[in-house]
Amino acid sequence: MTLEYTQARWNTEDEGYEPLLSEKNETSVDTDDVPLPDGLKRDELTLPDLSEPELARHYTRLSQMNYGVESGPYPLGSCTMKYNPKFTEDVAAHPAAGVHPDRSPESVQGTLELLARLEDQLARIGGMDAVTLQPPAGAAGEFVGILIAKAYHESRDDERTEVVIPDAAHGTNFASAAMGGYDVVELPSGDDGRVDLDALEAALSEETAALMLTNPNTLGLFERDIEEIAGMVHEVGGLLYYDGANLNALLGRARPGDMGFDVMHYNVHKTFATPHGGGGPGAGPVGVVEELAEFLPSPHVRESNGGSSRAERSDVRYELFEPENSIGKVHGFMGNWLVLIKAYAYIARLGDPGLSDASAKAVLNANYLAEQVEYEVPYGPFHHEFVASAGEQDAADVAKRMLDYGVHPPTTKWPELVSEALMTEPTEIENRRSLDQLAAAFDAVAGEDRGTIEAAPERTTAGRIDQTEAARNLRLSWQALDDDS
Amino acid sequence: MTARNSRGSPFAPHTDEETAAMLEAVGVESVEDLFDIPESVRFDGEFGIDPTGERELRAEMRTLLGRNDDLTEFLGRGHYDHYVPSLVDHLADRSEFLTSYTQYQPEITQGFLQALFEYQSMLVELTGLEIANCSMYDAATALGEAATLADRVRETSGSRILVPDLMREERRSVLENYTEGAGLAVEIYPHDDANADLEALSDLVSEETVMVYAESPTVRGTIEEGLEEVAALAHANDALFALGSDPVALSVLEKPGKIGADVVIGDAATLGLGASYGMGLGLFATREGFVRQVPGRLVGASTDAAGERTYTLTLQTREQHIRRERATSNICTNQAWVALRTAIHAASLGPSGLVDLARECLEAPADLAERLNSIAGVRAPVHDRHHFREFVARTDQPAQAVRETLEEYGFAVHAIDDHLVQVCVTETNSGKADALVTAFREAAR
Repeated sequence: MTLEYTQARWNTEDEGYEPLLSEKNETSVDTDDVPLPDGLKRDELTLPDLSEPELARHYTRLSQMNYGVESGPYPLGSCTMKYNPKFTEDVAAHPAAGVHPDRSPESVQGTLELLARLEDQLARIGGMDAVTLQPPAGAAGEFVGILIAKAYHESRDDERTEVVIPDAAHGTNFASAAMGGYDVVELPSGDDGRVDLDALEAALSEETAALMLTNPNTLGLFERDIEEIAGMVHEVGGLLYYDGANLNALLGRARPGDMGFDVMHYNVHKTFATPHGGGGPGAGPVGVVEELAEFLPSPHVRESNGGSSRAERSDVRYELFEPENSIGKVHGFMGNWLVLIKAYAYIARLGDPGLSDASAKAVLNANYLAEQVEYEVPYGPFHHEFVASAGEQDAADVAKRMLDYGVHPPTTKWPELVSEALMTEPTEIENRRSLDQLAAAFDAVAGEDRGTIEAAPERTTAGRIDQTEAARNLRLSWQALDDDS
Repeated sequence: MTARNSRGSPFAPHTDEETAAMLEAVGVESVEDLFDIPESVRFDGEFGIDPTGERELRAEMRTLLGRNDDLTEFLGRGHYDHYVPSLVDHLADRSEFLTSYTQYQPEITQGFLQALFEYQSMLVELTGLEIANCSMYDAATALGEAATLADRVRETSGSRILVPDLMREERRSVLENYTEGAGLAVEIYPHDDANADLEALSDLVSEETVMVYAESPTVRGTIEEGLEEVAALAHANDALFALGSDPVALSVLEKPGKIGADVVIGDAATLGLGASYGMGLGLFATREGFVRQVPGRLVGASTDAAGERTYTLTLQTREQHIRRERATSNICTNQAWVALRTAIHAASLGPSGLVDLARECLEAPADLAERLNSIAGVRAPVHDRHHFREFVARTDQPAQAVRETLEEYGFAVHAIDDHLVQVCVTETNSGKADALVTAFREAAR
């Protein structure tokens, strides 16, 4: 039942690869007639020079040498690679969405209303009191959460130095805490893959500014002791931060605010909609409990004629304001606006039943797939992702071989709690047939010998790529390639 | 009972039959049995969000966004609206690009990697520096990353970042948030007729200075004329010199690498994105010697098992998924797809198209300023400099009143001080310049 698959490979006989734009045609243009004195202007500009048909062909070929969610299964753990409906793209492309950020608030009431509506949707979904949409990605949201925690403690003349983070957390948590100037205290996981309360007790102190937690965690396990954890963190005066990377598993079943979290970020590109775009853009709104709302980034949206009923929405006016003790700004303007439009439209499209069903199917799919694969799957029960162990095989090699079966492999070698980890998140968009194909790919590789696996992939655009060479002999531009030859 | 999931997510493809069979395979009666959540924190309420059909929702969104006034914008100050050719939308929207994620498996994502390699290469040509990363969020956050890079690469300890007083205060606020954790202090040096005040800067810069930042064009649209002197002052004190700019301006301005810039940051989405309420694309280029301290992703050339040229993310040991709290930055999800758009837009213009566009950005504001200057009660441009895209005008009337009146006539401009108005003109609005001049005559009266 595995997929038969061969990825496109465009290349010329001479070169063996699709030529770079600069290799197809390059021109130097002088700047003689540019009205600037010589000291201020460059002599010439040298760049590729191709016609529109040539460019259309170049980028179409490149797209054919790239694999996306619409190419096939993409169970990249923790990244929540789900299908994004087409209509959200059309909505974001509406001409009235293309406004300048310095427009007067009175002249962009539609934009401000949409931002206010999305804040309201997210607050309801997260059980939070206030939301900022400014952070342009999940990690940016983490950083904002850290800045808010810092501002909160400082406002109470309570300087703290540490942020506690479980060993299995996303690497961004550690980096964001460090960027905020905090020392990271790593929390070892317990034998069941969850937070160990004794270890937590030992890690917490009067120096703890916050505990950053993902729930369900990166092993796909729900932190069942969450109320006790929240109590312990609050007891020492720390804040509880929720990493929203895995929120897709909980929609309509549990809310961070109800679990005792004080501040959280949402990855709207994961949980809701926005195609991941080859690495972004995303958006990482941050929600807080009421006590922290005064620290949110500036500017913030609010109704300017306050307290009107929802039924009279169209009469409500919106304005921008600076929260009382705002941390200031975390993006030059208002964040990734076009992404926020898509998130709003997606949430409104699904509504309560759709959001709840998305989580239900994501969790069902993860558990079904975990049941089907031959690899050992420790821990459990799972929410929307699970971590299988490749055992004697090398997880990175397994991933390369899976490419030959027309599926994107899981995230590999992380979290380190599972040896040769294959962190798998099928999301709600795969049905049984597709999950069976995924399982067949896993199982085919599980039964293969080391030689076959180490020689993989062979059906993709490129064969196994030499990472060491790329790092040793750094060539980061076509100019560097020229230097080389 | 094979209907597809009629009352749940329209994007979960399971039939009821399939769902039942899968539940049986997993060994539970109901999906709810799979949620391992204690009763005490179970959410049994509703969000109160009604599902809406696609057709109705599109109509509703048209109405909602239609509440934005239809104004002709003469706005800039760090966010610019250049015409984006249809080609960009159609190619960047190809789903293999749009629906992929970071190229963790390079063998199956060569297309995006090559496009990002080409983007990096274009920035190398535009900046005259040896390396560029393949995107940050926007200019403000890229500036924050530049400051922390300076702090890491500078050998002696120091804590001061010098920035011009003429920069967006929002950008400075982001910089302060990025640098506070590293213990850096942001200080301001003054300007002289909308260029760096070199004498004052010389007094301020010291061996405690980690980085000196300048912008060209400045936030007031003037071209900075003392960049080499700024660079020399920074280097004399072993500080890095960082320059803020953008790819359109860089198409004609002297290569920053040639005049001593160690880092170039800016918003590269001046190509590829158009007016998008401040959404951007952080440009980040620097010297080869700093490569191991660079934040964000880098695409490098390599070879595959057959010895053919390939591309891959490289030096990932700098990144947070490996180095965690010792990473060069926390950036993970970035703006890769916007970088793809920018690359396609730049390629579609080609070198002569870029120089033509930049020339228009020099000529259009000069023309418009001259015409506004002929209006009684208006002096334009205020600064005796070369301008790029935008300029400042002094009005006898309060600037805020001028701005409001112009808005009633259907034009948006910036009011930046009591009697200072700023106007930005590019190829997207130059056709409305006559009408703006007419309205300005009324507004300035």
